[in-house]
Amino acid sequence: MIGYAPLYVVVGLFFAAYAALSVLDSANPRRPGNTAFWALLAVSFLFGSWLGDIANGVLVLALAGIGGFNLLGKAGAATTGAAERQASAVRRGNWLFAPVLIVPATALAGTLAFRGMHPPLFSAPALTLFWLGAGVLIALAAAMLWLRPPALAPLQEGRRLADTIGWAAILPQMLASLGAVFAVAGVGKAVGSVATNYLPLGLPFEAVAAYCIGMALFTVVMGNAFAAFPVMTAAIGLPLIVGKFHGDPAIMGAVGMLSGYCGTLATPMAANFNIVPAALLELPDRNGVIKAQIPTAVPLLIGNILLMYFLVYRY
Amino acid sequence: MWTLLGIAVVVAGFAFRFNPLLVIAAAAAVTGIAGGMHPLEILAAFGKAFNDTRYISAVFVVLPVIGLMERAGLQQRARILIGRLRGATASHILFIYFVYRQITSAVGLTAAGGHAQMVRPLIAPMAESAAEAGLGGLSDGRRWHIRAFAAATENVAVFFSEDIFIALAPVLLIQGTLAAGGIVATPLSISLWAIPTALLALTIHGLRIALFGRALRRKEPPA
Repeated sequence: MIGYAPLYVVVGLFFAAYAALSVLDSANPRRPGNTAFWALLAVSFLFGSWLGDIANGVLVLALAGIGGFNLLGKAGAATTGAAERQASAVRRGNWLFAPVLIVPATALAGTLAFRGMHPPLFSAPALTLFWLGAGVLIALAAAMLWLRPPALAPLQEGRRLADTIGWAAILPQMLASLGAVFAVAGVGKAVGSVATNYLPLGLPFEAVAAYCIGMALFTVVMGNAFAAFPVMTAAIGLPLIVGKFHGDPAIMGAVGMLSGYCGTLATPMAANFNIVPAALLELPDRNGVIKAQIPTAVPLLIGNILLMYFLVYRY
Repeated sequence: MWTLLGIAVVVAGFAFRFNPLLVIAAAAAVTGIAGGMHPLEILAAFGKAFNDTRYISAVFVVLPVIGLMERAGLQQRARILIGRLRGATASHILFIYFVYRQITSAVGLTAAGGHAQMVRPLIAPMAESAAEAGLGGLSDGRRWHIRAFAAATENVAVFFSEDIFIALAPVLLIQGTLAAGGIVATPLSISLWAIPTALLALTIHGLRIALFGRALRRKEPPA
């Protein structure tokens, strides 16, 4: 059965290429940091399954250290200038969107074609991502044939974007791993007992409301719905909505995360989305964007609670 | 009960703006120690979890495609496309941009917009000049309100549609968190259930844009 392995090889080779190109990038004063960061991720993707748990733990700590102590710089990757891009945009027209759209189209088509096969050719969780990776390779081949850029362009451009994301690239994976440590240490049980002692959570609706409002409030405090998600899911989502009341976990997860985003709309802690645009638009009130968003965020949170309540116990 | 200290570390660490990676590492250590685990046991548990959840970061496999198309003018093309709206009213510009951003984020084209790429250079000025033409002048307060509304429109559209794209980090974080609780969920099922909220966001924010457009057509009270 085909699992994540082929995809991990492709991703690992991309990261290895970013590391190699970072070594040669004299325009980046922090290139040792970038090289080490992408090289460690390449090692994780290519060899992680053979390293053993302790070695993987050391690898994560090294990644967190490089990212956390700000040792990453930005790529000085060779790319095109504004005038060249404008000319290409005018000349090539809306077809420029096509290669990017090949990726989700392939992922969706592959998923639908190979779902429910007997015996299964792909492991269920890996199916969509396998075809996503295949879509990327098809899109790259198509774009290379069409645009005829320098041979290294896809890797240089990928590195340019990867360096823009920087340490935040591993944040979701780190948070999911923290969720796993929470599970091993029994955090869910502890929060669950606190929550059920002090909050009225005896009814299915109350559990849904507590989960969604908790996601939004934790996100307001932390500025990041990703960080709130493992905590609230281990505490209320899994033990109560799924465990006690037999709700559907996929619906709970999807709508729960989106309830967190209602909190993102309302918090100055989410600076990238709320404070930076206010500065970019030269607003005198740095909370101007948040004030414009709150009248959408509040009804949407209420709507999410109702949506989850009516859907999660039905499917 | 002491295992809850780890949650306190996450909340305080994010709230005080320490680097999130360090906060997470500290929270894992505190949680493990409070749960009576040996330091090496914690390291092994975290390393195993990180290795098991590599699929979350595998989404970055799309970066070379997006970078290559940006190099060929993807964002400039998006600007040309949206620029055709010149001449519409402010509320029409905002609403069409909202729908455009919902569709582009749902198919993974997050790069076809953004505050720096589209809102500041294009959407805000277009909506401002449309309102200005309709009213014959615009007070600073209204100008700022239009700009803030344009930024809000970008955020609401992207937040509540991006999870429809099967292979975005949040979708896989949901999958990973459920897997930590012993539950198998596929990315497709998670992203499908993001659609109702996207439609709700369209309704609520669309209504607000319409009301905003009506408020803009009224003459301002003299300040």
